[in-house]
Amino acid sequence: MIFPSRDFKVLSGFSSDLEARGVLCSPEPGTSQGRAMLTFMASDSEEEVCDERTSLMSAESPPPRCCQEARQGLEDGENAAQWRSQDSEEDLDDADRYVCSGVPGQPLGLEEELTLKYGAKHVIMLFVPVTLCMIVVVATIKSVRFYTEKNGQLIYTPFTEDTPSVGQRLLNSVLNTLIMISVIVAMTIFLVVLYKYRCYKFIHGWLIMSSLMLLFLFTYIYLGEVLKTYNVAMDYPTLFLTVWNFGAVGMVCIHWKGPLVLQQAYLIMISALMALVFIKYLPEWSAWVILGAISVYDLVAVLCPKGPLRMLVETAQERNEPIFPALIYSSAMVWTVGMAKLDPSSQGALQLPYDPEMEEDSYDSFGEPSYPEVFEPPLPGSPEGELEEEEERGVKLGLGDFIFYSVLVGKAAATGSGDWNTTLACFVAILIGLCLTLLLLAVFKKALPALPISITFGLIFYFSTDNLVRPFMDTLASHQLYI
Amino acid sequence: MTAAVFFGCAFIAFGPALALYIFTIATEPLRVIFLIIGAFFWLVSLLFSSLFWFMARTITDNKDGPIQKYLLILGVLVSVLIQEMFRFMYYKLLKKASEGLKSINPDETAPSMRLLAYVSGLGFGIMSGVFAFVNTLSDSLGPGTVGIHGDSPQFFLNSGAYPLIEKTRLNKTFMTLVIILLHVFWGIIFFDGCEKKKWSALLVVLLTHLLVSALTFISPHYGINLVSTYIIMVLMGIWAFFVAGGSCRSLKFCLLCQDKDFLLFNQRSR
Repeated sequence: MIFPSRDFKVLSGFSSDLEARGVLCSPEPGTSQGRAMLTFMASDSEEEVCDERTSLMSAESPPPRCCQEARQGLEDGENAAQWRSQDSEEDLDDADRYVCSGVPGQPLGLEEELTLKYGAKHVIMLFVPVTLCMIVVVATIKSVRFYTEKNGQLIYTPFTEDTPSVGQRLLNSVLNTLIMISVIVAMTIFLVVLYKYRCYKFIHGWLIMSSLMLLFLFTYIYLGEVLKTYNVAMDYPTLFLTVWNFGAVGMVCIHWKGPLVLQQAYLIMISALMALVFIKYLPEWSAWVILGAISVYDLVAVLCPKGPLRMLVETAQERNEPIFPALIYSSAMVWTVGMAKLDPSSQGALQLPYDPEMEEDSYDSFGEPSYPEVFEPPLPGSPEGELEEEEERGVKLGLGDFIFYSVLVGKAAATGSGDWNTTLACFVAILIGLCLTLLLLAVFKKALPALPISITFGLIFYFSTDNLVRPFMDTLASHQLYI
Repeated sequence: MTAAVFFGCAFIAFGPALALYIFTIATEPLRVIFLIIGAFFWLVSLLFSSLFWFMARTITDNKDGPIQKYLLILGVLVSVLIQEMFRFMYYKLLKKASEGLKSINPDETAPSMRLLAYVSGLGFGIMSGVFAFVNTLSDSLGPGTVGIHGDSPQFFLNSGAYPLIEKTRLNKTFMTLVIILLHVFWGIIFFDGCEKKKWSALLVVLLTHLLVSALTFISPHYGINLVSTYIIMVLMGIWAFFVAGGSCRSLKFCLLCQDKDFLLFNQRSR
């Protein structure tokens, strides 16, 4: 699932008004008011534009309404403060929520142009981690024998594919898929139910257990197999020290605070490890049918009104919380241009994590990098109008998407009979699918399923490259012909 | 076989493309996206060519003999046609996207058509080169039996087949390099021809592409094949240079380090 990351920027015009109202007082971490303040400090420029617009995002369910109101109000020339005052009686949390722009006087077209301009950057911000994950998976598959050996199957795919007849094999793979998909659906619904009833401790414990397993057990196995492949000896103390450090830093980065790059790297690594597990333990035909079925499920779960993933995103947005960082890759990137006076404060404000005291545990803020909460209030009346304050927000991509992209490319690499063309074709197809999905995200501005388009392209290109292109290219290569 | 062979061949074949990518494309996200879309268009064109060849083969019932060779030649020629068709389609897509960007915001400078021509040519070239060469590259890391399966290296040492394998691999390396560069130049010339409605340019691009592919039919005379392809590449390069707005004067200034950018950078006057 792909959706805009939420940052709390508000129209600049509000900040001065709010200062006047005394809302911008000293920072009180832990209160939503403090958060509101911080968010207001972020934006001072009159050129404020809707972040979510600019970064291919937006529209959460209440904010679109706010956006419309804002635009209406501003286009009518009303004071922005009036609009803000209407909302101040409401939950102050709304103030923290991302508000779309409608900078007075700016035509709507500017926002769209900014969307397209910044859209390319966000596409690349997602291309890079997806590519890295796929490279790790393909490199492992091609070099470490362990992940291509058949050593049993998961309990979720109990039917074997070693049957003599094609029909039986197909039937078994379809049954495996049904079981796997129902397990995934059940777990997702369970997660959403837990989230709805605020059983944060349970969810947190569950996520911690699964990341513990990934970071320690699977890493240990992976490291063991890589060392075996390259015939490198490593004694147990060194091994335990390495795995312990790797795992502990990973747990801290993912579930608590850490540098954004490190968190992203760890998320990529655990996605790659999970994808390798799937590649090893899913039988061939089942893997392809599961990939197809899971993209259909993703489509349904994210777009249908009662879909579990959509409910998860909407509940998170209603409660103004980020979705669990252990499940989401965030490409948040912030930079300000021309912010002569307010760089430290704006940077601090932009990155402010959710107050830990607001919720019971601290899983919420890790989508964004944690900057110190210190900031200074903006100088009143500072003319920031001419400064072009461009603050980028990232796009968030679910880890499941990483995992299934890598499963597709890894399976292509594992079963492509040593052929790299198939792997490369699937890789390009997935990237193009991701590009199209991001384009749709820019158009629709709400959470979208990231799997269907990419996986469809990937599957089409896998089967066609394997069956049509490969014989053609092989024949050409054997005759030394070039096209 | 050895890492040296692997790296040597890899850098000969893909070195210029990698340099072009790093210095001109990697810095701008929009160009990277257009590059990947260009690669995708080439891939789709290859898909259609393979489909055509596959259907032609099934129609003739897979009979062995000279008909297979003729089918292959036909497949190659049709593939070249389809590639150029997809280049044209990519041009149309880019034109529409450019116009869309311009209509949304007239002030913002969208990438110029010349730049997009270069990027698309590079995309086509990289994908074409990679598809042609990467299997050979990965085989060169293996036990050294390029293109032939199941025999031991010892057999080849004794049979004197190694020189042929080496020659084959070197031929492929240099062909890949020249194909990548040719695609870049063809892209520039093609898009310029489309922009200025000079259909003769399109025809020349198509004909030279067919010529280059046809020259590969005369293997195993690798020497003639390669040299003539390189000559064609140099000619195309010169044409693309003038089409892209270069001139003898600007070239002279560039070589003598007197061009505007260099002077501005060093704050000197000409």
